[in-house]
Amino acid sequence: MADVSEAVQDERLKQEGFATKLMKRPELGALAGVVAVTIFFLFTASDTMFTLSGVMNFMTPAAQLGILAIGAAMLMIGGEFDLSIGSMVAFSGLIFGAFVVTFGMPLVIAIPATFAIAAALGALNGTIVLKTGLPSFIVTLAFLFILRGASLVGLKIATGGSTQLRGVRDAVENDFLTPVFSGDAFTGLFAWLAKQEMIDRFSSGMPKVPGIPVEILWFVAFALIATYVLLRTPQGNWIFASGGDENAASNSGVPVRRVKISLFVLTACCATLVAIITVIDAGSTDARRGFMKEFEAIIAAVIGGCLLTGGYGSAIGAFFGAIIFGMVTIGLTYTTIDQDWFQVFLGAMLLAAVLFNNFIRKRVTGER
Amino acid sequence: MAGDTTFHHGAPKTDAQPIVQMRDIEKHFGNIIALAGVSFDVLAGECHCLLGDNGAGKSTFIKTMSGVHKPTKGEIFLNGKPMDFSSPRDAMEAGIATVFQDLAMIPLMSVTRNFFMGREPTKGKWLFKRMDIDKANAATMEAMREMGIKLRSPDQAVGTLSGGERQTVAIARAVYFGAKVLILDEPTSALGVRQTSNVLATIDRVRKQGVGVVFITHNVRHAMAVGDRFTVLNRGKTLGTARRGDITGNELQDLMAGGQEMAALEGSLGGTV
Repeated sequence: MADVSEAVQDERLKQEGFATKLMKRPELGALAGVVAVTIFFLFTASDTMFTLSGVMNFMTPAAQLGILAIGAAMLMIGGEFDLSIGSMVAFSGLIFGAFVVTFGMPLVIAIPATFAIAAALGALNGTIVLKTGLPSFIVTLAFLFILRGASLVGLKIATGGSTQLRGVRDAVENDFLTPVFSGDAFTGLFAWLAKQEMIDRFSSGMPKVPGIPVEILWFVAFALIATYVLLRTPQGNWIFASGGDENAASNSGVPVRRVKISLFVLTACCATLVAIITVIDAGSTDARRGFMKEFEAIIAAVIGGCLLTGGYGSAIGAFFGAIIFGMVTIGLTYTTIDQDWFQVFLGAMLLAAVLFNNFIRKRVTGER
Repeated sequence: MAGDTTFHHGAPKTDAQPIVQMRDIEKHFGNIIALAGVSFDVLAGECHCLLGDNGAGKSTFIKTMSGVHKPTKGEIFLNGKPMDFSSPRDAMEAGIATVFQDLAMIPLMSVTRNFFMGREPTKGKWLFKRMDIDKANAATMEAMREMGIKLRSPDQAVGTLSGGERQTVAIARAVYFGAKVLILDEPTSALGVRQTSNVLATIDRVRKQGVGVVFITHNVRHAMAVGDRFTVLNRGKTLGTARRGDITGNELQDLMAGGQEMAALEGSLGGTV
């Protein structure tokens, strides 16, 4: 091949600096957001916010939202939406509550059974979207109402007229699986640390923070697994491809339908995990559980760098997005600022994130 | 880029057996006859141009060849054996790769991720089965270097590549995955002058690797630049296959347009079409 001229580096391409490279990571915006929010509260909030107990305080709601947000982010990368996540939390809570209280099932049966029902509903969502070709936005909006209504009706049937199902705590108290889904982990370690005076303790010698709430561990583990799947497995590549261009992906042999249905199942299962954790924690379930969570999860995913058009985003971004959420919700109570500013802040944050993401997308694709 | 080109043409071997041979292909859609008896073959290492104006049946023909459509009548032979493709996947497995105009590329994804989309190399077992990123990156860089394109990095998003480079990635991908026959659907139609010559150079490289190229175009100059043989399709019929040197660009142009009217038009436009 003597006539193959070596391709010359285009002289119009500028060398790319480290900062520009970093800019192209989808989670950068969310990370910057965490830093900005932390600095904001360092100046405005009382010092207790950033003590160990303060951190656990805002990480717990962040974790509950974050599990939903990571699922929502993966589905968004795959090019679809699920607006029924919040209602799914209520519905799974009802199913789970009914299984353990009304039917008296042990957790080892109740939990897989609840997940199976949720997965079937997720698959139904996905199948309708794919079969009809309708936007997932509208199909899952229908399920937002269907599941919310069904939870209300189901609760009344299960309790004989009440919209709250109590007695979950008594039913699961002695179950060997309960510690996996509720309470604190590493209590021994924290007690030891308190004894060594390495963390704050009460005068009785007990640590102020008894351990790490298990939902935080679920949240961190799920973020790591989701990131690994997205960036390091063929399935991750399929998710990006399905969201980027469905047609191109299926022409290249990506099983787009299977990928998307699996993602709908995943979001439904995320909702169920959150339902089980919060229901055991509260000891009861009610029809308002998970209210508005679908929007909060999508906002966290968008703050985390997901594009509404799909094909771009990250699980780690959604992780940081959920932390921002938790910090702002809880953080305002540590300040003298009126808490009702929360929603204003949220909307502004969402708008800023969307503008930023749009700018980044143009940089990545080289659009002008 | 007129008839005289810088590309080297391998002398077509007359006694070679065609990789794909299609005989008297007919395709009807309802009462519309899209193809009315088309014969076509591709030899290894040649570039066989399929010319035709819009609506001549080019798309239907390549879709038949790549397994999307089943012919209503006629036979397809692969290495001399009769073949019956029931899906594009069958054709792909038999080594017939098609690069359609949309290229099956995702702008937001990196070159590597696009290159191996749907066919990712893996390492590790069971739960630890993961994408072999290093291998994929190395293979992509190597394949692109062979095609004369130096990527800044394999992480570069396809969206940042030019149209010609994207076309080349798609071609390199097909060749990497073992294409014996490469069907290119109007690869130069949306490109500028320089990009076009890059793609034509890529076609030449691929041909030299022994791949049979089917180059679909309605641009006679582009066809004359790389083609070894030329088949013109007009209103669902072939008007014969000519070898390079036996036909001029003007004759091809006339065949494509169906003769007379074009001659009149060309007079008024001063031969610029």
